[in-house]
Amino acid sequence: MAENQRDTNHQLDDPGKRETFRHLFKRFGVVLVGTIIGQSMILSRPARAAEALRPPGALPDLDFDSSCIRCGLCVEDCPYDILKLASWADPAPQGTPYFVAREEPCRMCTDIPCAKACPTGALDRHMTDIKKADMGVAVLVDHETCLNYKGLTCSICWRVCPIRDEAITIEPIQTEAGKLMIPTVHSDICTGCGTCEKHCVLSEAAIRVLPRELGLGLSGRNAVGRS
Amino acid sequence: MLHRLKRGLYRHRWLLMRRIVQISILLAFIVAIPGYGKIADGNLSSSLWFEQLKLTDPFILLQSFFAGSPIALPALMGAILVGGFYAFLAGRLYCSWVCPINLLTDLAYWLRKRLNIKGNMNLSRHLRLWILALSLVLSFLGGTLAWEIVNPITRFQRELIWFSLSGAMLLGALFLFDLFVSRRAWCGHLCPVGAFYGILGRYGRLKVTSTPTESCDTSRCSRCVAVCPEPHVLAPVVSKQALSVTSSDCTRCGACLDECSEGVLSMKIDLVGMANRKADD
Repeated sequence: MAENQRDTNHQLDDPGKRETFRHLFKRFGVVLVGTIIGQSMILSRPARAAEALRPPGALPDLDFDSSCIRCGLCVEDCPYDILKLASWADPAPQGTPYFVAREEPCRMCTDIPCAKACPTGALDRHMTDIKKADMGVAVLVDHETCLNYKGLTCSICWRVCPIRDEAITIEPIQTEAGKLMIPTVHSDICTGCGTCEKHCVLSEAAIRVLPRELGLGLSGRNAVGRS
Repeated sequence: MLHRLKRGLYRHRWLLMRRIVQISILLAFIVAIPGYGKIADGNLSSSLWFEQLKLTDPFILLQSFFAGSPIALPALMGAILVGGFYAFLAGRLYCSWVCPINLLTDLAYWLRKRLNIKGNMNLSRHLRLWILALSLVLSFLGGTLAWEIVNPITRFQRELIWFSLSGAMLLGALFLFDLFVSRRAWCGHLCPVGAFYGILGRYGRLKVTSTPTESCDTSRCSRCVAVCPEPHVLAPVVSKQALSVTSSDCTRCGACLDECSEGVLSMKIDLVGMANRKADD
């Protein structure tokens, strides 16, 4: 009995074993703390803001985040220097390419050099038709300030649109005040290049390019249901 | 006078070569040659050289893979080229010959010696392996390239190439940490990129090899160890238990070759593991 007792004591006091456990716990602690801090950093990092648009041919947001290796080749191949790589304070995940339509819209190059430059699948390098690009969708967000809604015929958004008379058309609407000529975006044709937003004459654009999920509604099964 | 200059250059030949390569690579991404443009586009995560050669960092691609992205062919080819090069020669060549952060941390270390800063926080050299594992786990959990949120290498290039300074604070912090808190902390203890390349080039063939002479008395002179950024790698050579440095931590920076006035050390490509076999005899 006494001998047994001594044996267990001996086992517990084995300095080698104690050291091993100490190391094991230390490492486990480091990994645990690291994972918690790292994960919370990742989860709390700012998401892409609505005004930060991706280059043409970009994957959906979450897939883009894992595919893009932040090399900036698309940025360097943009002939109009529109694309930027996000830095810390910018409205997109760090190191990823974006552009802000109100500052400089995408010029819709027919050879799509930015997408061709992408070494990963983040931008579709096999894309051939820039008119199939989906950088977002233009939405006439403000009916109160838009000059066409005030009865004027500004229509600048319609005039500058690179897919003129298809992506935006001017539709007449009969109201109490008379006939209004309203710029109307056709979301199936609009590529979200942002030329309309850039050229809107107001001090803040009345027409804006938004990511599709923000800019468009979605009908449910029976056109009025939520699911 | 000329003789002294020549001697001085010779005493720093590896350092000079290293700086030339490092700075050339850095400038290739920045300077546009009139009529041709830049030699390299992109940055060290993925680049296009001479408008032909596509190179991709295998570690960043691995993070992308862990984050759940399928791997595209051009990136994979680039990563195989880069990975193959380092796996054949030596992984941590990247650290001392390519990585721009090495310029910064070497400066911090040089200043540390100059200013005679003694304080040193002890960090484990294995810490970088844990950070490497952590960045892959976090990439998997977070669905993003976890290390690229921090990575000062590509950040340095992005901030420098795009001339914005908002991310430079991290580089400043890193510099100060290396200078005041812990000796060679970043490159020698923390950076998972170095750890990755170390593992990748574990069996690299380029080795610091010694041919001991009578005059090499390691009990009195161990200047090679004193200048080594990863001093433990030279231990087997200095204690004459091995004839070449086999540790994957060796960055092949050549500091020991510069320092050794006896000409005992040399950098050799060892294709058949001759040095090992001799050491075993």
